Amino acid sequence: MKQALGLPLALLALVVGFGLTSEYFLTRDTFIAIANDIPALTVMAVGMTFVLIIAGIDLSIGSVLALSAGLTAVAMQSWGWNLPGAATLGLACGLFCGTLTGAVTVAWRLPSFIVSLGMLEIARGSAYLVTDSRTQYIGGAIGGLSTPLWFGISPAFLLALAIVVASHIVLRKSVFGRYLVGIGTNEEAMRLAGIDPRPWKVIVFALMGSLAALGGLMQLSRLEAADPNAGVGMELQVIAAVVIGGTSLMGGRGSVLNTFFGVLIVAVLEAGLAQIGASDPAKRVITGCVIIVAVLLDVYRNRRKRG
Amino acid sequence: MARAPLLRIGKLCKSFAAPVLTDIDLAFDTGEIVALTGENGAGKSTLSKLIAGLISPDSGEMLLGGERFSPRSRVDAERSGVRMVLQELSLVGTLSVAENLQLGAIPHRFGFIDRDAMNARARAQLALLGLDSIDPELPVSELGIGQQQLVEIARGLSGDVKLLILDEPTAMLTAREVEELFRQLALLRGRGVTIVYISHRLDELQRIADRVVVLRDGRLACDRAMAEVSHDEIVRMMVGHDVHEDEDRPRRASGRELLRVANFSGGLVRDASLAVHAGEILGLAGLVGSGRTELLRLIFGADQKSTGDLWLGGRPARIRNPTDAVAQGVGLLTEDRKSQGLLLGQALAMNLTIAHLSTVSRKGWIDGGGEERTAQQWKQRLRIRSKDSAQHVDELSGGNQQKVLFARWLHRDCQVLLLDEPTRGVDIGARADIYAELDALAKAGKALLVVSSDLRELMTLCDRIAVMSAGTLVQTFERGEWTEQALLAAAFSAYAQTMNMATDKAAS
Repeated sequence: MKQALGLPLALLALVVGFGLTSEYFLTRDTFIAIANDIPALTVMAVGMTFVLIIAGIDLSIGSVLALSAGLTAVAMQSWGWNLPGAATLGLACGLFCGTLTGAVTVAWRLPSFIVSLGMLEIARGSAYLVTDSRTQYIGGAIGGLSTPLWFGISPAFLLALAIVVASHIVLRKSVFGRYLVGIGTNEEAMRLAGIDPRPWKVIVFALMGSLAALGGLMQLSRLEAADPNAGVGMELQVIAAVVIGGTSLMGGRGSVLNTFFGVLIVAVLEAGLAQIGASDPAKRVITGCVIIVAVLLDVYRNRRKRG
Repeated sequence: MARAPLLRIGKLCKSFAAPVLTDIDLAFDTGEIVALTGENGAGKSTLSKLIAGLISPDSGEMLLGGERFSPRSRVDAERSGVRMVLQELSLVGTLSVAENLQLGAIPHRFGFIDRDAMNARARAQLALLGLDSIDPELPVSELGIGQQQLVEIARGLSGDVKLLILDEPTAMLTAREVEELFRQLALLRGRGVTIVYISHRLDELQRIADRVVVLRDGRLACDRAMAEVSHDEIVRMMVGHDVHEDEDRPRRASGRELLRVANFSGGLVRDASLAVHAGEILGLAGLVGSGRTELLRLIFGADQKSTGDLWLGGRPARIRNPTDAVAQGVGLLTEDRKSQGLLLGQALAMNLTIAHLSTVSRKGWIDGGGEERTAQQWKQRLRIRSKDSAQHVDELSGGNQQKVLFARWLHRDCQVLLLDEPTRGVDIGARADIYAELDALAKAGKALLVVSSDLRELMTLCDRIAVMSAGTLVQTFERGEWTEQALLAAAFSAYAQTMNMATDKAAS
């Protein structure tokens, strides 16, 4: 299992590297900042891992995040809903968006790339409509999700971690996970083995939408505001983390645990580069290079195994 | 004829895994039409691909017009005036007829396409086949399939053609188009073009060809003037004289009816009815493209039928999709194992248990130990050779891959099993294992419907053989009743009828 070791080693190398170049990097504050920064990215990357495993893609998640967070905020601020009600509404909104993307993809056999691109616009537009194009401040109403518990770690981080572990086990050990891997490997073969791929695919997109909404709630609690522009371009960041974790864009292969390492690598890179004083443009250039190198390594590893 | 032949072939051999062509000696004269025929897998397409430069021979030589001819590629052969029209269409649907005809040599001026010159050349080329009615500016996708095939043939006539190879050119044509094609082929012959005409349709061959060449198991079985041989003689030479079959084995005792289909139509298949009983193997013979695979897929619900009724175990049943079929105890071993069967890149065990995960899981969670035991059990029973049950199926040999898929359906314990070419691409050892297992399944009271292009395989395995021809079930033979020649004649019969109808129509 070289694959399982490669990612932790890469992560370790990054941490040591930044530790040597910046005297502030190896401090508690850095790690707490990273831990509290990544929950939204993490849960969305978990969902995206499932989507990529069935050989699909979902580009709408940044917009769905903004719409769900916006809807929750508006429900609390303008309609006077209580927190559980508003949060449930936000999650239901994400579930609905994902289900719609999945159902349209499956019913008309369209590429999920195109359908989710449509959903990206629909959800973004709806987010502007719902919030009246204004950032909705909710104050500390759901701060609980982001208030540090012990050692500065927030409940959101623990929740994300629990989702990673549970999803990893589901993908590895459950019949559901097995079906998803099969569908991503050869959908026609699965159909001819008597397993209708369509409901499973819809479920995966529904799950993705819900996790995007959860990501939205996590951001809402941290920022105490819902910005209709939130999450722009986040789908690409999420896909990058998943791909760095070794999940194949062709479907049939991927691991939630490795996705988590992908998220950590992206986050450490971000934090470390900021600390050594890299400019924002430079950070983007370097992150781009890391994505390409990660995919190259993955392709190389596969060729060697097959050859 | 005293003149030197246009193309002389000497001692030509070609092997892939096994020898496909052995010691072929042939000569083609200028301006003759030679029929090339034989059973599926006799080596017809290999021979024609060798001549057209698509593949190279292992040994032997060819002389074209007295000079050594060893084309290294299709383009190379075309430069020497040897062209082949393949059975599959290779036209680009979105481009115009004229563009397709001159693909690779589109006339241009200053880098822009010279549309007038291109269309004029295309018209001239189409006229060679009497296709004056086709507008060269039309996109190819707007033509009917028959016309597309004619355009494909017209493309074969571009440039200086000495030898033209046509592979099943009439497969998609209507009777009228066939007539027109034959008229134009006769004209081409008059102009000194040599035509090698590959077909299963003996009636067509007898009408158009001057000479007939029959291949059998990669060897030359016959090379005679068409006028000298009868239809029956050709069939006999295709089959060979040593018609050996497993005649001593009695018919298996069969029980109650497990599968009945009545009046199934859809796609190629027209009005097919058959029944398979417990403990029985029913074979489905026929030429490639006669609708055998399509019929299995209709029964299994993989494709949608337009009409037809179905009974399972004597009761009316509905199969709308493969999920319905599997749930009601019907399995399908597909013909194309890579694209329709295997989960490549996944473990042997996963491939084996995927159709019946409930046996190795509890409450939605897979029991790893149970799955491993199941995989080991089937590995042993079918003698599947692999490192372990976690090995990826793409690393297994074709025979072992087929056994894995076979085990998938055995594990599902289907009452009715549909098998499409169960031994295709499988070595002899694995083939014997599969035969033994099919026999054991029949003895265990399952109903089996087996499609195969290998008549000897069907005659060994089956209790009854139904023959499909041009989408219809033409005849069913009982064990003891059949001969290889009778089966083959039945497989050709519906094509002969359509041919006769075509000639009648053309005459009237």
